[in-house]
Amino acid sequence: MPLLKNGSLVDDPWISVADGEPLPAEGAIIVSLTRWQKERANLIARANGLGVRLAAADHAGAIAADLPLLALIALEFPTFRDGRAYSSARLLRERFGFKGELRAVGNVLRDQLLFMHRCGFDAFEVKDTAAVDEWKQAMSEISVFYQAAADGRATAIQLRQQRRPQS
Amino acid sequence: MYRYDEFDAAFVHQRVEQFRDQVARRLNGSLSEDEFRPLRLMNGLYLQLHAYMLRVAIPYGTLSSRQLRALAEIARRYDKGYGHFTTRQNIQFNWPALADIPDILLALAEVEMHAIQTSGNCIRNVTADAFAGAAADEIEDPRVTCEIIRQWSTLHPEFSFLPRKFKIAVTGAPTDRAAVAVHDIGLKIVRNDAGEIGFEVAVGGGQGRTPMLAKVIRPFLPRRHLLSYLEAILRVYNQLGRRDNLYKSRIKILVHEVGTETLTQMVEDEWALIKDGPVELPAGEQERIGRYFAPPPFANLPAEAPRYEAERHRNEAFAAWTRTNVEAHRQQGYAIVTLSLKPAGGVPGDATAEQMDAIADLADRHSFGEIRVSHHQNLILAHVPRADLPDLWRALVALGLATANIGRVSDIIACPGLDFCSLANARSIPVAQRLSERFRDLDRAHDIGELRLNISGCINACGHHHVGHIGILGVDKKGEEFYQITLGGSSAEDAALGALVGPAFAADQVVDAVETIIETYRAHRRTGERFLDTYRRVGLAPFKESLYATA
Repeated sequence: MPLLKNGSLVDDPWISVADGEPLPAEGAIIVSLTRWQKERANLIARANGLGVRLAAADHAGAIAADLPLLALIALEFPTFRDGRAYSSARLLRERFGFKGELRAVGNVLRDQLLFMHRCGFDAFEVKDTAAVDEWKQAMSEISVFYQAAADGRATAIQLRQQRRPQS
Repeated sequence: MYRYDEFDAAFVHQRVEQFRDQVARRLNGSLSEDEFRPLRLMNGLYLQLHAYMLRVAIPYGTLSSRQLRALAEIARRYDKGYGHFTTRQNIQFNWPALADIPDILLALAEVEMHAIQTSGNCIRNVTADAFAGAAADEIEDPRVTCEIIRQWSTLHPEFSFLPRKFKIAVTGAPTDRAAVAVHDIGLKIVRNDAGEIGFEVAVGGGQGRTPMLAKVIRPFLPRRHLLSYLEAILRVYNQLGRRDNLYKSRIKILVHEVGTETLTQMVEDEWALIKDGPVELPAGEQERIGRYFAPPPFANLPAEAPRYEAERHRNEAFAAWTRTNVEAHRQQGYAIVTLSLKPAGGVPGDATAEQMDAIADLADRHSFGEIRVSHHQNLILAHVPRADLPDLWRALVALGLATANIGRVSDIIACPGLDFCSLANARSIPVAQRLSERFRDLDRAHDIGELRLNISGCINACGHHHVGHIGILGVDKKGEEFYQITLGGSSAEDAALGALVGPAFAADQVVDAVETIIETYRAHRRTGERFLDTYRRVGLAPFKESLYATA
């Protein structure tokens, strides 16, 4: 699956391991929350990067205490219509202070990229390589934002306040 | 009223170009209908039985005369010369072509309008009391709150793919003309004992196949915490609302399943973590938005308007109209005038392009260029000098907009029904037309008194039948249209859901059945008692008896 990061397609060093599949001897791996909770001690002992994949129904709070151990969280969109991962992303960034890679996986479509980026995602598993141009367009087609989120973009309210003459 | 600044203007224009690109990708096949669907829905574009339907947002039901003229022009140029005003204070165009939609949206953007979030599983266009800023009993103009919510909810990155649509209504007065009890969130502006303004917050109201009245989860929310509290409610709902069953995905079901107390606790817990955070409005922003809704430059008029009084004495038709279509205004010498979009035999809520243009002119002449849309599907001139009423009435008579039936039996709310809608089981409009013909005699309508008659063509209840004093629901029985009747609903401050009176009626019986119900009321009522109160006193039994005894 092509991986889009910082506006470019990049090689994906991470191996996503399904539940029940044996762990590779080395390399950075992503496991499900269930597996993480079950095999936590073994996993922490590994030398390489660790990531956890949250299903849409998993609450971000369930992994909050372990975030210092993790370099990546993948949030699943079982369908683009399921918006639970947007809340999880904001909680991970804004409430739990997660600084690692926040990756959108599953049904990740071009027209949702801006929403995802605003909620704190910085990596996207996309379906095809046309994604770079689409990414550029998705990031540039709207420049006015009406609410604070996890992305640090200035809101319309902030810009209005700056614009107002100082008196 | 609110005016776009450069940020709002840039935004809606970018949004038009974004949608132009999405339409182009749909037309060239690179977007599937399944992928295009949520995108078009977020721009108010439905695919209906015969054509696309575009639903244009009229935020909190307020329009300028310039905007109304633009809607008239769209109706003429891109549709069949009319538009349909809805129960969510919006307007729908029933016949636009997909390829024209970007140009229609551009025409809307030019007059500071859009179709954003009039559909889809997002926070919908926020509605308000249609008498906002004019009602005599108002604590504060609810449109200030609505505009704040409109901006906060616009393309909200976290809440654009909710389990289901989400509707918020705001009333600024104790008399509820915004039906807040049947919204996902109903906000009532209240004053606490210290005299501060805040909100009573109710959650989980709605209609559809499982109608419920909203439960108050916070009796007083200080005004400055509006957005953090809404964000907390929406976040709880986004995470926990059901996504496995379309019919159980509204927040009312979540409230019902976890219980009001638990839901309240979840919202309060989430709120405690975000209140006073970046989502709150900065100091001065409430006041800045509020200035857009400052009262128009009212003249100092005397309480008495001799021209108006004289006309009332010599013209009974005019006098009758003032009794039903004219309401008291907070400003001395002014009145609130409702233009009836419910002529006998007409389609409730429809207005032609010519009517819209003429109404825009009348608004400029008599009401500071401002028009309101009510959730009862009528139009309102909110600030009319009483001395102008005779002239205004004559102009409205000529336009077919002076039917003296507001709040009466023929002031029917009806959804588009099977004539247009892909979800409908039965037609609504022809039933409304036949009922308004049957009760066209205004003396009789006035004798019947206040009555809310609402018709939905399917269980989704867009015609608000659950909260009609008399509610009619179209159902399909083996390919034939039948109509169930409920009694005793109300969307006002005495909100209630109607009770089913008995077996459904065939299409050719339903008008007679309504007449029987009304005659039963007249036989049982006490002097001055309105239909709803008689029903509440006597219950269903006498109505059942007269409807089904001979059957």
